[in-house]
Amino acid sequence: MSTWIDIGPLDAVPLRGARKLLTPQGCIAVFRTAEDEVFALDNACPHKGGPLAEGIVHGRSVTCPLHNWVISLETGEAGGADSGRVPTFPARVEAGRILVEADRLAARPAA
Amino acid sequence: MDRQKLIVVGAGMAAGRLLEHVTDGQPGAWEITLFNAEPRGTYDRIMLSPVLAGDKTYPEIVTHDAAWYAERGIATRFGERVTEIDRAAKTVTGTDGVPVPYDKLVLATGSSPFMIPLPGHDLDGVIAYRDLEDTERMMALGAGNRAVVIGGGLLGLEAAAGMAARGVAVTVVHLMGHLMERQLDEAAGFLLRKSLTDKGISIRCSATSKEILGENGQARALLLDDGTELPCDLLVMAVGIRPSIGLAREAGLAVGKGIHVDDQMLTSDADVLAIGECVEHRGAVFGLVAPLYDQAKVAALALAGDDAAFVQKELSTKLKVTGCDLFSAGDFSQAEGREDIVFRDPARGVYKRLVLQDDRVVGAVMYGDTADSGWFFGLIRDRTDISEMRDTLIFGPAYQGGTAVDPMAAVAALPDEAEICGCNGVCKGQIVNAIQDGAADLGAVRACTKASASCGTCTGLVEQLLAVTLGETYAAPAAQPMCGCTELTHEDVRRLIKAQELRSMPAVWQAGAWATPDGCHVCRPALNYYLLADWPLEYRDDPQSRFINERKHANIQKDGTFSVVPRMWGGITTASELRAIADAADKYNVPTVKVTGGQRIDLLGVKGEDLPAIWADLGKAGLVSGHAYSKGLRTVKTCVGTDHCRFGTQDSTGLGIKLEQALWGSWTPHKVKLAVSGCPRNCAEATCKDVGIVCVDSGYQVGVGGAAGMDLKETERLADVATEQEAIDVTVAFVQLYRENAKYLDRPYKWLSKVGLDWVRARVVDDLEERQRLLDAFALSQSVYQKDPWAEHARARAESFQPLASLHREAAE
Repeated sequence: MSTWIDIGPLDAVPLRGARKLLTPQGCIAVFRTAEDEVFALDNACPHKGGPLAEGIVHGRSVTCPLHNWVISLETGEAGGADSGRVPTFPARVEAGRILVEADRLAARPAA
Repeated sequence: MDRQKLIVVGAGMAAGRLLEHVTDGQPGAWEITLFNAEPRGTYDRIMLSPVLAGDKTYPEIVTHDAAWYAERGIATRFGERVTEIDRAAKTVTGTDGVPVPYDKLVLATGSSPFMIPLPGHDLDGVIAYRDLEDTERMMALGAGNRAVVIGGGLLGLEAAAGMAARGVAVTVVHLMGHLMERQLDEAAGFLLRKSLTDKGISIRCSATSKEILGENGQARALLLDDGTELPCDLLVMAVGIRPSIGLAREAGLAVGKGIHVDDQMLTSDADVLAIGECVEHRGAVFGLVAPLYDQAKVAALALAGDDAAFVQKELSTKLKVTGCDLFSAGDFSQAEGREDIVFRDPARGVYKRLVLQDDRVVGAVMYGDTADSGWFFGLIRDRTDISEMRDTLIFGPAYQGGTAVDPMAAVAALPDEAEICGCNGVCKGQIVNAIQDGAADLGAVRACTKASASCGTCTGLVEQLLAVTLGETYAAPAAQPMCGCTELTHEDVRRLIKAQELRSMPAVWQAGAWATPDGCHVCRPALNYYLLADWPLEYRDDPQSRFINERKHANIQKDGTFSVVPRMWGGITTASELRAIADAADKYNVPTVKVTGGQRIDLLGVKGEDLPAIWADLGKAGLVSGHAYSKGLRTVKTCVGTDHCRFGTQDSTGLGIKLEQALWGSWTPHKVKLAVSGCPRNCAEATCKDVGIVCVDSGYQVGVGGAAGMDLKETERLADVATEQEAIDVTVAFVQLYRENAKYLDRPYKWLSKVGLDWVRARVVDDLEERQRLLDAFALSQSVYQKDPWAEHARARAESFQPLASLHREAAE
C-alpha cells in the first residue's frame, strides 16, 4: 500500500504552471494544467537538463525554457522529432490538496 | 387483514416518483402517510427556472398534487415538519406531537441550500434558490431593480437569466475563473459568459465576496474583497446544496455527507430506506434528477420484496437558459492517457470537445450546438469503441465519413461590415463585391479597393476572402500559419483581434478555430502580447503564457540560474548605486559581474529563489528592473554629449534618459534598443539600433530599423526634427505603431521591410493627428504597464519563487 504525502494546496501552483518540490531524490517539478490536473516529473529536461518547472504548460505538455523541447506531462516522453524521457512520479489532487506518492520520493537515495 | 404501514418523509421529486411506483406496483398493499415540510404536494423542482423566466407557470410544473395523493389513498400531512423518529418504537412524530407508527419508513428529506456565512447573510433580502418561495421572491422583484447572484454554477446562472428576462439588472459573482467550472472547460465557459453578457447580465469571475452590506435590516449591496460594492435589492446565494441529514442523524442512522444507503436504498436500519438528494451511496451524493428516479424505482421494488440494485450511471448536464445551448457529460479531466478532439466553428459560435481514453469517449463538452449531445452521451454511457469512426467522430452521427474542418471558417464567419483593412478602412462586404465583380487576385483587389495595399498585414485575410468567394478557382499562395494550433498567420490573428474585438485568449482560440484546448508555447506568448497591446485596459496579462524570463523578470542561464540587470537610465549611475550593486553581489554570492553592451551591469548566476531578496535590496538603493529579459524596451545607450564632450552638439545623455523614462516598462513585439549620440562621430553607435538618434547642430536625426544581431543593418532616416520634444514624440509614436502592427518576434527592421518606411513616415511624421493618436494610445498602455515588476514581485509574490515544499525533513525521520 502506498503512502501519499500532502505537499501543499493546489492553489499554490498557478494554473498552467509549476512549482518545485525538493526531495532526497532531487528536484521535482509539480505541474498544474488548465483542467486542474497535477503531474510530477524530474525537474530536468532529457536534452540539456533544463528546468522544466520554468516552462510554458499547454494541454498536458510542458515546453522546456532552454531549447523548446516539448515534454509530455503524462509519460515524460519528449515529443516531435526529439527523443528522451523524464522520470515521472504519481501525483493527485484530493480536497484541494496536492498529494505525491512518498515511497519513491522521500526515500533516502541508495548509498 | 391489517395493511402494512408506510411513512414517507418529504414530498419532493424522488418521493413522488416512489409513491407512483408503490401504488402502481402494489395497489392497496400499504397504508401510506406522507409528511412534507413545504405546504404543498410534489412539483418538478428543475422547472422552477422556466417558471422564473416566465416560460412556464407553477401549475404546469406540479406533478403530484393533494388530489393525486388522495386518489391513491395516501394520507398527506403537508406543511408539517417531522420532529422525531423513534426507531425502537417504530414511530414518527410530526409537529402535533402524536407518534405515528410505521412498518417501513422512507426518508426523502432532500437537501438544503448552503448559505455562505458572510457577515450580513441573515439580512432581509438574502435568499437561496431552492423552492417556490425563493422563486416567487425573485419574480416579485420587478423591472428596474437590481439583483446580485453569488455563484456561477447551473442554478445561479438560471436564477440570473430568469431575473434578467424580467428586466432586473443582474450581476453574477463567481469565485472561480470561469462559469460552471465543474461542468465546462474554459473555452465553453467563455462562450457561455459571452452569451449571458449579451443578455445584459454582468459577470464577475475570480471574485471573492467579503460582506453583505445592509441598511435597516435590509441587504443593500455586496462588498467584494477588492473593495467593489455591488448595490442590490435582492441577493441570491446559489453556491451549492447540502443533504438534509439532521433528522436521520438524530435517529441514530449512519450518516456521512448524506444518509448512508446500500444498493437497495436501505439505511443502517433495515426498516428505514432513504432516497434522493439526502442520501450518500458509495461515497457519492446526488443533485441531478436521473439517479433520483432510479433510486425511487429501486426503493419501490425493495419495499415490494423484489430484487433490485441501484447503480450509479454517467450523468449529463444541460443549462435551462434560452439561447445558451450547452451540454456537458462524463469526465473531462484528471487521468493519464487521455486525448482531446476539439471542434470550433466560429461562424455559428460552436465549440465541441470530446475526451477519449482507450478508444472510448469518456467526456464531452458542447456549446452552441448540442443537437448531437444525446448520441455522444450514449457513446459515453455505453462505452462504445469509437476507433473506427474516430476521424469524423466530432461531426456527429449524421456526418460519419464527412469532410474535414474548413480552415476558412473564421473569415467566412465575419459579417460584411467587419473591417479587414484597417489602413484604408475597407470592409469585408466591399472586398467580396469587388471579387464578385471580377477582381480575381490580390493585385486586382488591391487596385479596386485598396485593401491590403498599405501595411499589408491583412493580406492573408484578403487572400482567404478570395478563396472563400471564388472557391476552387482561386489558388492561394501558401502562408505560414502561426503554429500547429491554427491555420491563421500572425497577421491574420492580429487583424481578427482588432476587427472582431477579441479581448481574451479563449475568444481568439474560438474565433481562430484553434485545434488545441489551450494553445502551445509558440502561440500563447504571441497572443498574450497581441491582446495586451490592443486592449491594455480590458485584457489582463497572463504570466503563464509568457516565456520564463518575462514571468520571472530575469534572464534564465543554461544552468537554470538567472541574471539580474538593474536599470541605469541612459547609462548613468552613481557611487551609491554601485555600492548597492557590489553589496548585493557579495551577499548573494554572485559568481560573475559583467558590463553589458548596453551600458548596464549584469549580475550573472543568481539562484531563482534569491531573486525577490536581491531585488528588494537593490530596490532600497532606488534601482528598478532593467528589463534586460523582456520583449520590451531594453536600454537607451548614450554618449556624454554637451555635458563634457568638446564635440557634443546637444544634450544626448539628457535626451537618452528622457526617452528611457518615457518608454521603460512597455511590452513590444520583440526587444527594442535605442541609442542617442551627441554628434555624427556616433560614439553611442546609434546607427545600428532599433531607434537611433544622432544629434547635429540643427537638431536631431531620427533613424529607425537598425540591427546588429543576426543581421547587420544601418538605420534609415525617419525624420530630421528641430526640438528635443519632437524627437521624443516621433520615437514614441514609432514604437507605438510598431507595437500595434508588427508580428510577434519581428524586430523593427523586419517589420519595416514588410510595411516600408514610407508607410511608417506617413503616420508617424507627416500625419500629426495620427501621431497624437499613437502618443495617446501609448500613454494609455503605460498607465497600466509602466510599473517596476521587481518591486511588485518582491513585495507580493516572493513566495512563488520558493519551492512548494521539501521532503528532506520527512526522509530524515
